[in-house]
Amino acid sequence: MLVARELTKEYRSGDNRLTVLRDVSFSIPQGAFVAIVGPSGSGKTTLLGLLAGLDTPSHGQVLLDGADLTAMDEDQRAKLRGAKVGFVFQSFQLISTLTAVENVQVPLELRGESGATERARELLGRVGLRDRLDHFPTQLSGGEQQRVAIARAFANAPRILFADEPTGNLDSDTGAHIVELLESLNRESQTTIILVTHDHGLAARAQRIIRLSDGRVISDTETERAA
Amino acid sequence: MSDDVERTPGRARWGQLFDLAWRESRTARRRLLLYMSSISLGVAALVAIDSFSENVIQSVHDQSRALLGGDVSSRRNAAPTKAVDSLLDSLNAHGVPVATATNFMSMGLVPRSGGTRLVQVHAIAPRYPFYGEITTKPASAWGALQSGRNVVVDPALLVSLNAHIGDSLALGDARFSIIGSLESVPGDVGISAAIGPRVYIPERFVAATRLLTFGSRAEYEAVYKLPGSISPPVFIARYTKRITAGANGGMQAAGYNESRLASAIDQLHDYLAIVGLIALLLGGIGVASGVHAFAMRKIDPVAILRCLGATSWQVLVIYTVQAAIMGLLGAAIGVVLGIGIQFVMPNVLKDFLPVDVSIHLAPSSIALGLGIGVWVALLFAMRPLIALRRVSPLQTLRREPDAQALRRARRDPMAIGLTLIIAGTVLDLGLSRADTWQRGVGFTVGIVAAIGVLWVSAIALSWAARRVLRPSWSFPLRQGIASLYRPGNQTRAVVLALGFGVFLMGTLYQVQHNILHALDLRMSEARANLVFFDVQDNQKAGIDSIVRTHAVELLDETPIVPMRVSSINGRTVADILAEIDSTRRNERGRGERGGERRGPWALRREFRSTFRDTLTASERIVAGRWFGAPRHDGLGEVSLDSSVAGELGVHLGDTISWNVQGVEVPTVVTSLREVKWTTFAPNFFAVFNPSSLKDAPKQYAILAHAPDAMEIARLQRDVVAAYPSVSSLDLTLVQHTVSDVLGKVTMAVRFLALISLALAIPVLFSAVAATRRERLREGVLLKTLGATRRQIGRIMLAEYTLLGFLGALTGVLLSVFAGWSVMHWIFRMTFSPAIVPLAIVAIAMIGLAVIIGLITGRDVFAETPMAALRES
Repeated sequence: MLVARELTKEYRSGDNRLTVLRDVSFSIPQGAFVAIVGPSGSGKTTLLGLLAGLDTPSHGQVLLDGADLTAMDEDQRAKLRGAKVGFVFQSFQLISTLTAVENVQVPLELRGESGATERARELLGRVGLRDRLDHFPTQLSGGEQQRVAIARAFANAPRILFADEPTGNLDSDTGAHIVELLESLNRESQTTIILVTHDHGLAARAQRIIRLSDGRVISDTETERAA
Repeated sequence: MSDDVERTPGRARWGQLFDLAWRESRTARRRLLLYMSSISLGVAALVAIDSFSENVIQSVHDQSRALLGGDVSSRRNAAPTKAVDSLLDSLNAHGVPVATATNFMSMGLVPRSGGTRLVQVHAIAPRYPFYGEITTKPASAWGALQSGRNVVVDPALLVSLNAHIGDSLALGDARFSIIGSLESVPGDVGISAAIGPRVYIPERFVAATRLLTFGSRAEYEAVYKLPGSISPPVFIARYTKRITAGANGGMQAAGYNESRLASAIDQLHDYLAIVGLIALLLGGIGVASGVHAFAMRKIDPVAILRCLGATSWQVLVIYTVQAAIMGLLGAAIGVVLGIGIQFVMPNVLKDFLPVDVSIHLAPSSIALGLGIGVWVALLFAMRPLIALRRVSPLQTLRREPDAQALRRARRDPMAIGLTLIIAGTVLDLGLSRADTWQRGVGFTVGIVAAIGVLWVSAIALSWAARRVLRPSWSFPLRQGIASLYRPGNQTRAVVLALGFGVFLMGTLYQVQHNILHALDLRMSEARANLVFFDVQDNQKAGIDSIVRTHAVELLDETPIVPMRVSSINGRTVADILAEIDSTRRNERGRGERGGERRGPWALRREFRSTFRDTLTASERIVAGRWFGAPRHDGLGEVSLDSSVAGELGVHLGDTISWNVQGVEVPTVVTSLREVKWTTFAPNFFAVFNPSSLKDAPKQYAILAHAPDAMEIARLQRDVVAAYPSVSSLDLTLVQHTVSDVLGKVTMAVRFLALISLALAIPVLFSAVAATRRERLREGVLLKTLGATRRQIGRIMLAEYTLLGFLGALTGVLLSVFAGWSVMHWIFRMTFSPAIVPLAIVAIAMIGLAVIIGLITGRDVFAETPMAALRES
């Protein structure tokens, strides 16, 4: 369960104060597939950063499985991310100096788990990259890189996965395939997926859509898929 | 994807972090190694200097008995009395073999060629020396030396006198047959043979030369081979007084030479080690600049790692491991380089070394060099690396410019701690390498001050660049100048690296230039090129007339009167010495290290004084007044060199009684002089009023100027033929020798300067690389907006020329100040800046900055905007 309570984020620049998010509150049950949509500058990415514990709000709370992220320091949040959170980014964010399998191993190794290589190979096999294990990111296509990123996101069997415009840098066919992959993983492992996008077609595949405008939630609706 | 892995609680194991660190470094290893190798030359210098000095000290230890010729040696400056002779005979008879030698300077003449030259005569008894092998060519010559009137000579003498083996060599009234030339003599410092080549003759023929007359300086040496039952210190304690009775002299054991040489080597080592340390610290600055660039490239992977759950500590470990491995490699390269230099050093220094140095690896020096290198590299690398801890995972979603992404906290305890550790390390290294703590602290303060001045200059340049910019200037020039103050500029790093290099090279050059210039001046000021000494009173007129028959100008005839201090203010020297002895014993008893007020050497030594009524150009009065009308109290007047007056513990108005050949000459000290001892003119500790000494038995030193080398040789030959006991020295030979030594010193200094230049290159690369990404982005943006490659090139040229100019200018000014300080405080000589070499160094550094800047920024020229954007 992920709960946002009256989240506000302000930036100061000299005497000016810029409020990017205002009093955003909602809760998302375990296993849900939620899309956060809104135009450019509406505060989507800021909200994602706060929900994932990448940043701290000016006011309000974020609770993940009851743990208050806003009461934690940076390293405590890092440990929590390592244990429960996965990410998929628009620009893939693979470490360019590591091979595909090594990229997937990283979260497991940071947690000190044994058998990281075997687990990484298996995950890459599941996303269809069994023959690309030792390729570096620059040797992979955009779709393949995003699949590596998805395999990495699921390496630590996260309770929640944040996807920031995961198809933004992909052609439509590859993008569709990536979304199908995310959906199937969501079903199989009951991982909560929070998808940030301004692509309405993509958002429609979620069970619930939260719309933002000027840093406020202007609607929070369930889609046909909620059933 | 179900959670089917075996979960191990806790954080990553060290092994996993190391693996990750190693894998992650994959594409950056070469670059990181380049940055960390800034430390290599510093490590090389330390390893070479430490190892070589350890080798020399070990060799001196191994060869200490060969250096002395016996287990113990004794020296006295007067012929042995009968009592001494019978003591030596008795020792010989009671199981302590003794071998004697008489050493003095004389003119050597080869009658066949007519060549003459001042030589060092070593007249030795059979069996001398007991240890150490003197090798000759032919090898049998040494064994045959004692069999007749034979002489073995330095090969330099054969060359300079156009002589061959088989010729005769006249020493005084005796003729010797040259049976061989010397190949090696233990303890021989090559350079010493340049002024007076050595010749070895049997001691029993000394009398036949008739050279040792009144006032002749000779050293009477004996070496002793002790049986195992007698320890050298005990032997020395028992016999010193008896063996040196009636003369100045002393006894020493083999170990004495060892400790004396070791302390001389230690001093040289300390000086070189300071240069090595500066190299190391400059390397540290290079490491810091380079690793800063490296850290900027690592912002993205760190942000990803943070997203994936890496703690700040894990991030730090990953990149510290990478830096440590490359630091170790960089230091190891330095060690290999240092060992290479260590093996070359004996060839470079062979003329200055008293022993054959056997070169071997010195594990402790290698380990120390490696350890210090890795430590310094890591410390300086950590400073930029700790900023990676603060990279926010948010950078994955919204990337900020490098400078903001890598921002430092104002009061990061780790940064403060690191700064303190760096300062402590510099201080500790300075203290451990300097011979006194004051010098250690001085070194540290000097380095910090130089860095501070360079830092402030760089900030001032940024500030000035912002203000002087005029819209009317050309676009490339404005852009180039603007680069000096834009966010994330490289002004400080480049100015620091360049300025420090120029400062080091400039200081070395200035000091060398000033010392050489001073010596050059003095050599050219000295008109005399020939000096006759040991001229007896009754020989002076004869030599004068010989000189006049040649086309030689007689410049000066200086009377010399040998004497000793007999009493000071009515107290005899014996009383004063006894008091000094007892004071020292008491101080030792109380564990104190007493400040010496009087130097026993000055009380015991023989003074060779003169008398005249005028001051010479090389001295000036610092207290009292020069001689006036004769005194009414019957006391003579004496003017003392101020340092010797301090050693004797006398002041103006004190009375000193001198023993001149058994006659007491009472004097009062009427003035103190400061004497420039480095001039090529006769200088004296004590100068007397002429009326006090004119009747004393005396010798003369005669200075003359001959028009050419041929005339010098002819005059020397004629004087030696008429007066064999008179020695003469061709001063042009001395000047050549000094020039030769100075030439070697110049080479050494140039070598050090080249090392400083070599040091600046990786440091400069690192400094420029620190902002490479930013300038790539900017350059590409400008290209996208329509800038031509030529325009980009001119922008970079403007920027690097300005950076180079300021770095060089600050370094030059610092080096002028440092050069002045060294000359004024250490050498106590006047200072004049060496404008031309400094200008060359400055221009070279500006060129270096431009070349390195253009090489590092070549991507901006070469790549299309699209390719370069992908790269950035």
